[in-house]
Amino acid sequence: MGKFQKKSGKASPEMSTASLPDIVFMLLFFFMVSTTMRDSTMMVKITVPQATEIKKLEKKSLVSYINVGPPTKAFQKLYGTEPKIQLNDQFASVDDIQQFISSEREAMKENDRPQMTTSLKVDKDTKMGIVTDIKQALRRASALKINYSTSKRVEDL
Amino acid sequence: MARREAPEINGGSMADIAFMLLIFFLVATTMNIDSGIMRKLPPIVEDQQDDIDIKERNVFVVLINSNDQLLVENEILNIKNLKDKAKEFIANKANLETLPEKKLVKDIPFFGDQMVSKQVISLQNDRGTKYDTYITVQNELTKAYNELRDELAMGKWSKTYAQLEKAHEKDKLKAIRKIYPMRISEAEPKNIGE
Repeated sequence: MGKFQKKSGKASPEMSTASLPDIVFMLLFFFMVSTTMRDSTMMVKITVPQATEIKKLEKKSLVSYINVGPPTKAFQKLYGTEPKIQLNDQFASVDDIQQFISSEREAMKENDRPQMTTSLKVDKDTKMGIVTDIKQALRRASALKINYSTSKRVEDL
Repeated sequence: MARREAPEINGGSMADIAFMLLIFFLVATTMNIDSGIMRKLPPIVEDQQDDIDIKERNVFVVLINSNDQLLVENEILNIKNLKDKAKEFIANKANLETLPEKKLVKDIPFFGDQMVSKQVISLQNDRGTKYDTYITVQNELTKAYNELRDELAMGKWSKTYAQLEKAHEKDKLKAIRKIYPMRISEAEPKNIGE
């Protein structure tokens, strides 16, 4: 049968891979442009709540993050499962926030400082007690612009 | 001297190098654009002033307890109905006695003299309230303001508030904000039943 005949003398032409680098470079540039550097490893597990009336945080350099949530599996033995505050790369307490904010403010350019925003990334199952303490600490540190980090909700309430 | 042809560089490993870079960027970067609800905290006042008197009809009291239940104006309310109730309160279109008073504000750009309601929303939660519920309430209240502002902007320029924001029409936004100023006051939370 003709379909399964042995290959004739003509060898199948090899696929040209000359354009492979171009394709990969294209992907590379896409990722370089559309992503930002991962700044710190998450030591707390955070699922942010959902909301509809959200605004995007525009200038990343003006934003400092406060993460609150239960520690991840690896840290649960040491720190338990109660929600904890993570600033940069370490666990912290509410008292450390003022220090953290002032050092973040120091690192900014003079004329950017009034626009400084603090993004609160809080796990949705956290109790409000700790959040309130953080808010009070932020008021004392006069970092008044805050952003409750949320994801976009699609379905109705 | 015989001209020798320059040897061509082997381009075969180019793909490998590019792949390596690609994988590095995939691992070291994140994609997410952060977004959320913007709020401004009140500054700390050094000398404790006496509380400013606000008439009761001008205040929309929202309480959340530690079981994530809502008490709005002394009535238990489902969170789904919060937005409509807040909208009704903020605008007070029917000029009801129980809803906030209105004050004449003169010379608002684009709108002229307008009756602006003296509304204040007071939000108080328990220390045991879930953050999720708190955000949902904040979101619904924001939505109430945004929808009213949208209505106003639609009537005047047939554009939504967000569209005006995108077009950087600062004066128009300011005028709308003057008619519907967002006033959400948060009281210190109570600690009942953790």
